[in-house]
Amino acid sequence: MADKIDENMLEYISILAKLELEGEEKEQARSDMKKMLDHVDKLNELDTDGVEPLVQVINMQNVFREDNVTNGDDRNAMLKNAPAKKNGQYMVPKTF
Amino acid sequence: MKQYETVIGLEVHVELATKTKIFCGCSTRFGGEVNTHTCPVCTGMPGALPVLNKKVVEYAIAVGLATNCEINRNCRFDRKNYFYPDNPQDYQISQLYEPVCLNGHVDITVNGTGKSVGIHEIHMEEDAGKLIHEENGSMSLIDFNRSGVPLIEIVSEPDMRSAEEVISYLEKLRTTIQYLGASDCKLQEGSMRADVNLSVREEGSLVLGTRTEMKNLNSFKAISRAIDAERNRQIRIIESGKRVVQETRRWDDNKEESYSMRSKEDAQDYRYFPDPDLPGIFISQEWIDAIKADEPEFKTAKMARYAKEYGIPESDADIITDSRHMADIFEETVKLCGQPKKAANWLMVDTIRLLKENSMDPEDIRFSPENLAKLIKLNMSGTINSSVAKEVFEKMFDGDMDPESYVKEHGLAQENDEDALKATVQKVIDENPRSVEDYRNGKEKAIGFLVGQTMKAMQGKANPGIVNKILKELL
Repeated sequence: MADKIDENMLEYISILAKLELEGEEKEQARSDMKKMLDHVDKLNELDTDGVEPLVQVINMQNVFREDNVTNGDDRNAMLKNAPAKKNGQYMVPKTF
Repeated sequence: MKQYETVIGLEVHVELATKTKIFCGCSTRFGGEVNTHTCPVCTGMPGALPVLNKKVVEYAIAVGLATNCEINRNCRFDRKNYFYPDNPQDYQISQLYEPVCLNGHVDITVNGTGKSVGIHEIHMEEDAGKLIHEENGSMSLIDFNRSGVPLIEIVSEPDMRSAEEVISYLEKLRTTIQYLGASDCKLQEGSMRADVNLSVREEGSLVLGTRTEMKNLNSFKAISRAIDAERNRQIRIIESGKRVVQETRRWDDNKEESYSMRSKEDAQDYRYFPDPDLPGIFISQEWIDAIKADEPEFKTAKMARYAKEYGIPESDADIITDSRHMADIFEETVKLCGQPKKAANWLMVDTIRLLKENSMDPEDIRFSPENLAKLIKLNMSGTINSSVAKEVFEKMFDGDMDPESYVKEHGLAQENDEDALKATVQKVIDENPRSVEDYRNGKEKAIGFLVGQTMKAMQGKANPGIVNKILKELL
């Protein structure tokens, strides 16, 4: 299955994941991904004919909230999670 | 030259009018201080649990029913994965596999011809935060107040063929959604956003051409201009023997041109999968019936009823029913004063003019039906003449107030008493011998000047009919 993760695929996944991989990191990532795919192949060996696809592990339906404001202004606490801040806003490297 | 056909489909995002966000109890109120309507859920903190706002589902179902959709009895949410700083979870909660509404249609009329525009689906999703790029700086600032505000996305079939059809479809959608109270649908403020998918093909061809998606369209005018420009751009490419590239483009309405938003980093692979945090939604027939029972009377039905019940022309009814708020004011005013034609005139002539002058929407009308009805009665009973009524109406438009007390306070009631008016009329006659002469020599028009002079002397507060009558008697 190793050829599933060829150079192009690795580059494509790096772009999606916003990762810049160099030399040995690339080989490591390729080998990790190969292991994951091999595991999925193993699962694919199971006979799932007639088994309904499972999209939810919790057996619940219609869990709703009413449309009432319950949260106040907790900006200062929230901004403690920010990598950097300015004028009450989260500050990140410029992105377009 | 070959003849080309334009094929257009729309993706319309509508911000729903809920009090709180889609998955948390933060306020959706517009204009709050930055980041004051945020919590761990809408800033994507690990471990935070989203819980669905029931009202969002109800609005989505209501819009689906009003656009003739099938309601998907078992719908659910999926994660759309992408990295962008305005999306704090690194995925948007949306619906791909089981959207809430499917296979609807909206009927439009363009230049007298009816047409049905298919709705592929309507799905619910959350809005992103707002990113502000620092000028000259290397940083961007984020306000998450809008993050998690509920949206529905209405995806049409590629059934439209011209800008006129697109505008007509959007107007119909907007009116319908406003009538439902599900959104105020303001394009300028972004509570309604339309992305235009457009391709061209040779007339008669059944194969679709390569399409582009146009974003950043903030008014009906911009949409019209963008459609014409993109159609021409694609035809030029095809005529020169090249191929249209499938891409997302951004419209610049000042330059009246668009540019590609494509970049290597913009690989579109969202790897959707069902959101494990959100249990599925089962929509029972009882729930659908209850929402259907709450449906308002829509524009088309109102227009027909106005013609029948109030005897006002279709063109008048068309203008008044464009906004539910205006239609409500109209009906309430008629109930109070029994004058449909007068009420219609105040709304479609004076109100529409003042709205335009102040760049306001009908939703922003502040005067009450009670006061409009009082004004109509004051005018009809002869307490104030029509020009004073207009003056009082403008005051009412600026800030709702009781016209009866206003007329009293400002001494605007007109003089209807013949004896009281006679002295002034006599004075005007004495002061304008030439006009009197003209009139006596058969120049009928001269009396108009004398009426005008009397009105002026009375500061506009005379009953012009009575002035006319006295003048004729005295002359």
